[in-house]
Parts: sequence; structure tokens; C-alpha cells
Amino acid sequence: MTTVTIDKATRTPKVKYGSMSRDRAWALRWSYFFLVIFAIFFLTPPVYMLITSLKSSAEISAATNPWWVFHPTLENYTSLLTSNQFLRFFWNSAIVSIFVVTITMLISVPAAFALSRMRFWGSATLATGVFLTYLVPETLLFIPLFKMFAVIGDFTGIQLINRWYVLLILYPTLTVPFCTWIMIGYFASIPKELDEAAIIDGASWFQTLTRIFIPVALPGLIAATIFAFTVSWAQFLYPLVFTTSTDQLVMPVGIITTLIKGDVFNWGQIMTGALLGAAPPLIIYAFLMDYYIAGLTAGATKG
Amino acid sequence: MADVVLQPNRAATAKTARKRSSLHNALRRKSTVAFLMTLPLILLIALLVIYPAFYAIHLATLNKSMQRFIGLSNFEFLFKRETFWLVVKQSCIFAITAVIFKAVLGFIIAHFVHNIPARGQRKWRGMLLVPWVIPPAMSTLAWLWLFDPSYSAFNYTLGLFGAGPIPWTGDALWARFSVILVNIWVGAPFFMIMYLAALKSVPEQLYEAAAIDGANWWQRIWYVTLPMMRNIIAITTLFSLIVTFANFDIVRILTAGGPLDHTHIFATWAFRVGIEGSDIPLGASVSLFMVPILAIAAIFILRDVNKRGNEA
Amino acid sequence: MADVALRKVVKRYDDVEAVRGIDLDIADHEFIVLVGPSGCGKSTTLRMIAGLEDISDGDILIGGDVVNDVPPKDRDIAMVFQNYALYPHMTVAENMSFGLRLKHYPKAEIKARVTEAARLLDITDLIDRKPKQLSGGQRQRVAMGRAIVRNPKVFLFDEPLSNLDAKLRVQMRIEIKKVHQKVRTTTVYVTHDQVEAMTLADRVVVMNKGRIEQIGTPNELYHKPATRFVAGFIGSPAMNFIPCRLEDVGGTLQIRLTDRIAFALPPARAARYNALPRTEKLLLGIRPEHLTESHAHLAPGVETFDTVLDVTEPMGMETLVYFGLDGTPVCGRVDPNAGAKDGAPMRLAMDLNNMHLLNEETGVVL
Repeated sequence: MTTVTIDKATRTPKVKYGSMSRDRAWALRWSYFFLVIFAIFFLTPPVYMLITSLKSSAEISAATNPWWVFHPTLENYTSLLTSNQFLRFFWNSAIVSIFVVTITMLISVPAAFALSRMRFWGSATLATGVFLTYLVPETLLFIPLFKMFAVIGDFTGIQLINRWYVLLILYPTLTVPFCTWIMIGYFASIPKELDEAAIIDGASWFQTLTRIFIPVALPGLIAATIFAFTVSWAQFLYPLVFTTSTDQLVMPVGIITTLIKGDVFNWGQIMTGALLGAAPPLIIYAFLMDYYIAGLTAGATKG
Repeated sequence: MADVVLQPNRAATAKTARKRSSLHNALRRKSTVAFLMTLPLILLIALLVIYPAFYAIHLATLNKSMQRFIGLSNFEFLFKRETFWLVVKQSCIFAITAVIFKAVLGFIIAHFVHNIPARGQRKWRGMLLVPWVIPPAMSTLAWLWLFDPSYSAFNYTLGLFGAGPIPWTGDALWARFSVILVNIWVGAPFFMIMYLAALKSVPEQLYEAAAIDGANWWQRIWYVTLPMMRNIIAITTLFSLIVTFANFDIVRILTAGGPLDHTHIFATWAFRVGIEGSDIPLGASVSLFMVPILAIAAIFILRDVNKRGNEA
Repeated sequence: MADVALRKVVKRYDDVEAVRGIDLDIADHEFIVLVGPSGCGKSTTLRMIAGLEDISDGDILIGGDVVNDVPPKDRDIAMVFQNYALYPHMTVAENMSFGLRLKHYPKAEIKARVTEAARLLDITDLIDRKPKQLSGGQRQRVAMGRAIVRNPKVFLFDEPLSNLDAKLRVQMRIEIKKVHQKVRTTTVYVTHDQVEAMTLADRVVVMNKGRIEQIGTPNELYHKPATRFVAGFIGSPAMNFIPCRLEDVGGTLQIRLTDRIAFALPPARAARYNALPRTEKLLLGIRPEHLTESHAHLAPGVETFDTVLDVTEPMGMETLVYFGLDGTPVCGRVDPNAGAKDGAPMRLAMDLNNMHLLNEETGVVL
């Protein structure tokens, strides 16, 4: 066996090495070829959004090559960005998302700190419960929640349905469990000695959280913030169910319910609206991609 | 040096004498503080997740006007309706097909990205994750426009080759295909990212050892990559199964359940019946049918996540 | 600065006793090292002094005050951790001053103390760096600096050198000793490394299974171990334990190791062991350095015997030889030029003036 191997190696080392690197080169070429195909598949819809948004209604209905803009125009953008209604949607979305992010962080960061560091009765069960809650989809709860809020309105006179702020109560059910879960993971990865050193240095629990844990787990905090923001911005079912007046709508629902009028589709404006609606998450993603991806993978890799 | 360090620490000594409290008190305080810190979380879960879940069960036992307890009549009614069984069938086809394709596609793409030089990986990864970043309601609109019956850009392109036109959302079979296609488009990048992270965590020495042992490329995938990624594949797949099964946005916007209820899944049909049809109890009953499959997937995920925790 | 005292301190976790009643008095300025194998309770003891673990039973006193229920921050102690536990988001200066800033010390005093400690530890140039930019040894210095600026009553060290490589460990060991000579703060130092314990300590506390085996100066522990555990734990290579029994042959007291080998005890030893019952099962404790090659002129009390070597390990300045006595493996240290070879016969000399006799059952050194 040994002799054979040595023999082979000494006789044809160059050929062997050469074929190896040729294999590599071909593997690389195929990889790029398929990656380009997949990139086309994945990027076609957003690119087509952009193409359509630059077309006038006349060009859209002219049935020319749909993949090309012959007479680019910004009229869709100007008409949307000067429409009070559309700006209202944007404003509602922004307010809701910012409030939801704040509420989420205020609830989940202290909870994650307590669950990862201060063992107390039932804390392990609660951590598991948080994870299970994260797996409960909104499609399971929207009907009972709708009825619940209607009943609350009937009994207390507090009108929650068809008010944008009802979303501030609803969205945290989607954001808090996941953010708590990944923050537990990030906090748990901080060595125990660090909080012991802080305690010996004279820090209270609150100071340990604000001056040690939050700065050290900042990447996790950013990832969680991004997640909370994108979830609130993209949420479609809850606003569709709970808000109906045009001045209470957020972007996704607003675009779909107001720009589609019966069977009349103004595709230029719809695509422009969709692109503007997709812009904030895309911009955040472009600048904070690494945090975004860290948050995405954290759910399954930590805990 | 001596001044600073040897100076007796009088302030601290005095403080020690004054600040003497029972350590047990402190401990009790610590768990009280911890409880208070988690209280908002507990309230949120209890009032807005657990309570509505049980409330859904209660609602499901009422009649349409919610005046009368009717036991399981809503379920009996559902079992007799053909549309219900259509929804069950479609939900399963939708979820299983989409998840399988997402998983396979994600695995393949992750491999290609992993194959190319590390410098370029960030750029490609960034591009390929875009579908996951765009709010699904917005990107589905783009698909709706690509599938438009009269101006479909796909049909235009197919027309150049003399094929089509395809009734993307008009025909029952094609509509199911389109809905699944869009779901794959949205979800495959998530699988890609998860698998890529898992691929990166496989130690290079294992591949080198396998290469020395004479394994070819698919043996390396079969005997090294897949076993090492097993857990993450399981978690990602189960997680995606939940999300896909409970999907609402894509079907609602692309077909709204049509043509003739042939693309309705549990969530969209529950919305149609419960909110649009104002039969809240029936809608609640429909959505409750998601619970068993979600619960099974959740149990398996929890098992795998805990296993991961133990490995670490 | 202050003395520290432990009175019958017990630590129970559920039904396991990690520390089983420890009494220890540490004088002001003293450098005490707790040493023992992992799981012996040394770290738990240190953490109880720090206040990071509560005490199940007994009392801990710092400077004469019972501190059982005093939270760590009010105990006026400073601690250096095994993994340094530097705050990764703070610079060296910020790390060192964190405790003082929390206590709202005046800025000028904080700066003075940090500068002074940095100078003492020779890290003045690193003061604005983050821990990530430091080497292991530098991190260790910063961790010590953080302890020094607090000017506490007691320094606590929890295996501070075990993350460093061997060379750096020796260097930092000397550094720690120097710092202690300058600041003279009462120090409790935990390690599993007996060399560290011997070199640093004023007094070493050997712990085993939650109890103190022996307290003494390094030399006392080495030359007068109280138990088999201490005798075997201190010193490297470890002391040999050879089963033996006492015999009276023609009026002299003999120690019999094997059927072939028996030695007459030197007069001082014979007087000490004479009262022992001859039937008792005993162990002869002898350190490898007292098992050497035979010379022409042997001092009184040094006896020779012939054996066949199993393995030899040349170490440069000496050669370790391994052989068996009735199945008991024994190690000796001989001169590198004594001609020791694997498998070869050799005549060795045993210095019975440095022997120990142990009760095999109780492990007590007689």
C-alpha cells in the first residue's frame, strides 16, 4: 500500500496537482454561473418595481417591452410624495415602528437580563415560554384579539379598533419574544466574571445592566432593534384587520387599499409606493447588513 | 505611591458599618427585582398571547352572533363543507412544497456562495438576501404586476419565444404554482443565510481529513457537511414550516384565495370568514386548525434548540 | 488593610458540601495562597470572602467585623479573575477607574490613583487602549491595576495566571510578588499550581475535599507535611510512597521494604518510631531527590540497595530513574553522569535522614 502510494505520488505529482486546480477552476465557474442565475431570479421583482415606477401610465398601457423604460419620468414619485394621504401612511408607519422599537427594547432588554443572569423561581420555564411565544404566528391570534379589543371598546369606551395606536399594543407580541430570546443569548455569552467584577467594583444591578451589559452586547441590541423595526414596518395582517380609515393606515395596507381602486390598477404608482415602502428596511439593511444577518441567525444558533 | 495607596480608606469603612443588611434580604430583593424586570414581558405574553389563544377556543364554541354556546357545531359545519377540505389540502401542499424547495434551493445557493473566494462572498450574500428584507406585502405586489393577466412581463418574455401566455393567477393550478413560487422567492434567502452560517462553522480540517480519506465531493457533503449541519437544517426547516403554514400576506395579495377558493390557506380563509364574513366564531375555528401542526413543529424545534444549547 | 478570619465556614449546595468547616486566620499584610486540586473548595472559599457566594454556616471577618451579610461592594475588597474580566468596551484607564467612578470619587484623585497604579505596573503607555489590543500579560496587569486603584483592605486572586503561557506565568508571578512587597495589602490567592503557591506565599493553605489539610510556610509544607495528601501534592516529581513495616533485628530498629531490602533506621528516627506497633501497615515516604546514585563515602543514615531500572528520563541537570519495588513504582533523581540506562541494574542510595513514615490507613505522617 505504502509503496504504491509513494510511487503514484512521485510519478505524477504535477498532473495530479494540475487536475485538482482545474477542477477548482471549473467549480468556481459553475458557482458564479448559478449565482448569477439565482441573483437574476431574486432581484427581478425589485428591479421590475424600479423600472415600472419610472414609467408613465401611457407607457405602461402601450404594451412595449416591459423590461425597458423608454421615456423615464418621475411623475409617479412626485404625485405620491405630494399626496397628503400617502405621506400620512408613511408618517403612520414611521411613528408606529419607532414606538414599537422603543417599547420592545424597554420590555425585552431588562427581561433578557433578568432571565440570563438573575435566576429566580420559574425563570427557566419563562425563557422557554418566550421562545414558544415567538413561534406563535399572528394568523392564529388576530381573530380573538380583534374580538377582545372590540369587547374592551364596548365595556370601557376606549376605542382601540381603527386607531393606529392599537398597533403599538399588537406589534410587541411579534417583536418582544424574539428580541428577548436573542438578547438572552447575547447576555448569556458575556462571561459571568464580568458582572462579578462589576459587583465588586460597587455597581448595582441596574448599573451592571446599563454600564456593562448594554455596551458589551451592543451588536445584539442593534440586531434586535433592526428586527423589531423591520417586523413593525412590514406587518400586514394586523393593520389590515384593525385599521380601516385612510388616516389610520400604515404603508403596506395603505398602498394596497387606496392605490388599487376596484379593478383599476395604477401600476406605476403602486410600484412606486411599494418601492418607497420597501426603502426603509432596504436602506437599514444596506448599512447594517452584518447586524441584520447576525440577528437573523441568532434565533437558531444561540440559546 | 505611598500617599495614594496606603491612605486608610476611612469612608468605605464607615459605610460598611452602616450599610449592614441581611444577605437574605438582599437575595429576596434580587429575585423581586428580577421578577419586576420580567413583569412587562409576562403581562404581554399572558394578556396578548395566552389569553387570546384560549379566547379563540371559547369563541369557536359560539354561534355567529356570539350569543349562544353551540359546542362543536362550528367544527361539524366545517367538516361538512367542501371548501374546508380544499383549504386543508391546499395549506398542506403549499407549506410542504414551499418548504422543501426553499430548503433545497437555500442549500444549493449556500454552497455556491461558500465556494467562491471569501472576498466576494459578502457582496453576493448581500444581493441574494434582498427578497427577505423587502416587506412581503410590497414584493408580492411586484409579483402581482409581473403576473398581470394583460401586461405580464413574464408572458411578454415567453411570447418572444413563442410560448404562453400563462394564466399565472387565473387558473387554479397555475395560481397554486405562483403562490408557492413567490413564497419560495421570499423564503429561500433565509435558508441560504442559515446554511451559510452553518457551513462556516464546519471545521476545515474535517474536509481535509475526508479528502485524505479519499472522499469525493458528494461524499464530503453526505458524510461531513450534512451531519454537521443536521441540527440547523432541522431548526430552520421546522421554523419555516410554521411560518409558511401560517402565511397570510402572499396569498392574500396575490390571489386573495381565488380563483374559486383554490389557493385559500388557513390564515386567508380565516380572514375571509371571520373578518370579511363577520363570522368571528367560524373564523376562530378555522384558525384553530393550525394549532396541531404548529404545536408539533414547535416541540421539535424546542428539542433541537435545547440540544444545540447542550452541545455548546 | 486588615486581617481576615474564617470561623467554621461551611458552603452547601443543595446536598453537597463544597466547603466543610474552615478555620483560617490571615494576618494584616500577609500573602496567603489556597492551593489544592480542582473541586477542593478553594475557589468557593475565596468567593465567600468576596461575597459572591453566601455562607451556609460560620463567620467571615474582615478587619474584625463580621461580613457574612455585607454585599461585596461594601466589603472593601478587590478581586482579580482567571479570565481577567476586563470590561471590553472600556479603555484601560476606564477599566481601572470604574469602581472609583461609581463611588463618585473626585476626578483629580481618580486620575492620580490610576496614574500611580499604571506606573507601578508599567502599563502607562497602554492607558488609552481597549482590552482587545492587549496581550495576555498586559491584560493581567490591568486586572491587577483595577484592584490596586481601589486601595482595598484585601486583594483576592482567583487563579490569575492559569490563562498565561508557562514563561509569562513565571514572569507575572515575580511581578505579583513585587507589587505585594510595595503595597503590602493582605492577599488571598487561589491556585492549583503548587509551584505558584510555594513561590508566592507567606503561608500556604493546602485544601482537599472541602477541608484544610495543612497550613504552613512553604518550607514547613515541603519538609514537614502533616498528611499523605500534602506530602504527595507538594513537590515535583511527587514523593514516593513505599509499603513497609518495622522490625526489631538484634536490638536495632529496621524498616523492611521488600523481602530483600531492609534498612536500619538512623538513631534519631529509631527513637521517634520505636513506640509504634510492629504490626501496623506503614508507608515509607521518600522524595526522589533523596534517592540518588551510590557514592563511595556515604553519610550516616544513607543506605544503599541494588535494583534494575525500568525507564530513565534525562532532564539535563539530573536524570530521573524509575524502577519498581515489589510492584510499587518508585522515582529517583541521579546525577546525569551516574550511568543510568533503561533496563540496566544500578546501585542506589536512600537518605533515611529525610524519610517520612505514614500510617497507610489514615494517611497521617507519624
